[in-house]
Amino acid sequence: MNILVCISHVPDTTSKINFTDNDTTFDTNGVQFVINPNDEFGLTRAMWFKEKQGAKVTVINVGGAETEPTLRKALAIGADAAIRINTAATDGLTVAKQIANVIKNDNYDLIISGRESIDYNGGMVPGMIAALIDANFVNTCTSLEIDGTQAKATREIDGGIERITTSLPLVIGGQKGLVEESDLKIPNMRGIMMARKKPLQVVEPIESSAKSNSIKFEKPAAKGAVTLVDANNLDELINLLHNEAKAI
Amino acid sequence: MSVLVYTESDQGVLKKAALEVASYAKAIANKLNTTVTAVAINANNTDTLSKYGVDKILNISSTELENFNAKGYADALKQAAEKAEAKVVVLSSSANSKYLAPLLSINLDAGYVSNVVEVPTEVAPLTVKRSAFTNKAFEIAQINSDIKIIGLSNNAFGLVETSADTTTEDFTPALSNLGVTVDAVDKASDKVTIADADIVVSAGRGLKGPENWGMIEELADVLGAATACSKPVSDLGWRPHGEHVGQTGKPVATNLYIAIGISGAIQHLAGVSASKIKVVINTDPEAPFFKAADYGVVGDAFTVIPELITKLKAFKAQ
Ligand SMILES: Cc1cc2nc3c(=O)[nH]c(=O)nc-3n(C[C@H](O)[C@H](O)[C@H](O)COP(=O)(O)OP(=O)(O)OC[C@H]3O[C@@H](n4cnc5c(N)ncnc54)[C@H](O)[C@@H]3O)c2cc1C
Repeated sequence: MNILVCISHVPDTTSKINFTDNDTTFDTNGVQFVINPNDEFGLTRAMWFKEKQGAKVTVINVGGAETEPTLRKALAIGADAAIRINTAATDGLTVAKQIANVIKNDNYDLIISGRESIDYNGGMVPGMIAALIDANFVNTCTSLEIDGTQAKATREIDGGIERITTSLPLVIGGQKGLVEESDLKIPNMRGIMMARKKPLQVVEPIESSAKSNSIKFEKPAAKGAVTLVDANNLDELINLLHNEAKAI
Repeated sequence: MSVLVYTESDQGVLKKAALEVASYAKAIANKLNTTVTAVAINANNTDTLSKYGVDKILNISSTELENFNAKGYADALKQAAEKAEAKVVVLSSSANSKYLAPLLSINLDAGYVSNVVEVPTEVAPLTVKRSAFTNKAFEIAQINSDIKIIGLSNNAFGLVETSADTTTEDFTPALSNLGVTVDAVDKASDKVTIADADIVVSAGRGLKGPENWGMIEELADVLGAATACSKPVSDLGWRPHGEHVGQTGKPVATNLYIAIGISGAIQHLAGVSASKIKVVINTDPEAPFFKAADYGVVGDAFTVIPELITKLKAFKAQ
C-alpha cells in the first residue's frame, strides 16, 4: 500500500497568537511549530499500517523551507520519504491543488490528512483533494481498517458515530480516535539520526490561483471581569442566568 | 439569480441550524437584492422556512440519500445551485455540512470560506469575517470566485424571522456513484448534541472518576443541555471521545457553557470560547477559567451541583 500523509506545520497549541505588518500576517516570533495534532493521529495510523500490513509512507507539506523541521520530525517518527511543495500555503484550495497534482503523478492508495489544521481551521484540504482526484472520502474519521482494496471506517457525526464501508483510493480527514493519544509516537534518537538520511524532495508548485484571500486579522475583544456568586447563594446564580444573561 | 441555502434535517425534521442559515441567507439576499432558495433533502416540515425569509424551496426526496452521503449531497446541491443560478451558497457548520462543503466547492469551482461569524461587510468583492486560530483570532477574508460558498459558524447569527410567500418545487437531481456506504449509525436519539445544544454542561478531571457523572447528566437533563468533557477525561476513558471539547476536540459555540471541575487550560478555552455565556464552578479560585468566565462559583462540585439541581428543578417548576 502506498500511503501519503499530509502534514500541516502549525503553531504549538500554547502559542500566543499575534499579528504583524498592520495585522495582515501571523507573527511567528517566539512561536514553536509542531505537526498539526489531527495529522499526528493520522501519521501514527499510517505507521501502524506499515508495521502490520506493509506500506510505504510518504509525508507531504505545502510550504516554504521553514516547514522542513516539521517534515523531518515526521520522518523521525518513521515515514519513509518526504515531499515539500515549495510555495506558500495561502489558502486551502491552493494546498489541495498542489497535493492533488503530486498524487496524480505518483499513485497513492490512501491519503491521510487531518480534518482541519489548528491555525486557520479551514477544514477543506482533505475533501478538496478527494474531489480533485475523484477518490472516496471520509471526514472526521475516527477509525480505519484496510483489507485489500476495501476499507471500513467510523466517522464522528453530531451526537454519535457512523460505521462506513468504502474502497481505495481513499482520502480521510482524520482526528483523535484513529489511534489513542497514548499510542502517539515520539521520535527517538535512532529515528532522528535515520531521518537525516531519508529523502526530502522539494517540488516546485504548479500554476494555481487562489479563490479566497486573507485581508486582515483581528483579536477578540478583551473579556470583562467575572461575576462571582457565593456557593451558599445559588439562587442568585439562577437569577443572574435567567434575568441578566437570559440564558436559562 | 438567488442565494442558495442548504437547510439540513435530521430524521425528516429541519434542524435549528437550518433556520439559522436560512435567516443568514436572507440577510445576504437583502444585500444583493435577490431571493433565497432553500434545498431540503428528505425533510417533512419545510413549511417553517416561510417564517425565515425563504422564497423558494427545492424539495428533494430520495431513498438513495436517506443516509447522509457527502458526495451524493454535494452532487444534489451543485445541481440545485445551477438551477437557482446561485452566486452565493450558504451552509451550516454541522459535521455533515463541513463534510460536503469542500466537495461542493470543487464541483462548482467556487471559493469556500468556513467558520464565518457575521454578515458580509461588503458584497463586491464578498468580504467576510471568520474565526481562526481556534477562536484566538478573527480573519477578514475575501472570496473572489464567481460562485462563493459560505460556511456559517453555529449560533453566530441566530434566528431572524421574516415572513415570505414561499413556493415549493420537487427537485430530482441525477446522482453518480456514491462510493461510501453507511452500515450503521450509533446515535442516542433522545440526547441533544453538542453541536445543536443551547446549553452545554461540561466536566473535567475535578470530578475524580467516571462514577461521579450521574449528577452531571442530571444537571444536563434539568437544563435540556448536552454533556461534554475535557480532554483528559476522555483520554482516561471516563467519558466517550465524542464528548471531548476544545482545540483538539469538538468546538463549542453554544449560548451557555457550564464548566465544572475544569481548570481552563489554553487548549480547552480556545475550543469553547465562542460560547456566549460561560459559568465556571471550581474549588480553586486561581483556576485560569475564572478569567474567561462571565459567572463563577468558587466551590466544591460535589456540594454545589446537587444543590444547583434542586434549585433549578424548583425554578423550572415555577
Ligand atoms: C496538544 C494539546 C492539545 C490539547 N487539547 C485539549 C482540548 O482540546 N481540550 C481540553 O480540554 N484539553 C486539551 N488539552 C489538555 C489541556 O492542556 C489540559 O490538560 C486539560 O484541559 C485539563 O483538563 P481538566 O481541566 O479537566 O483537568 P485539570 O487541569 O486537572 O483541572 C481540574 C480542575 O478541577 C478542579 N477541581 C478539583 N476538584 C474539584 C471539585 N471537587 N469541585 C470543583 N472543582 C474541582 C481543580 O481546581 C482544577 O482546576 C490539550 C493539551 C495539549 C498538549
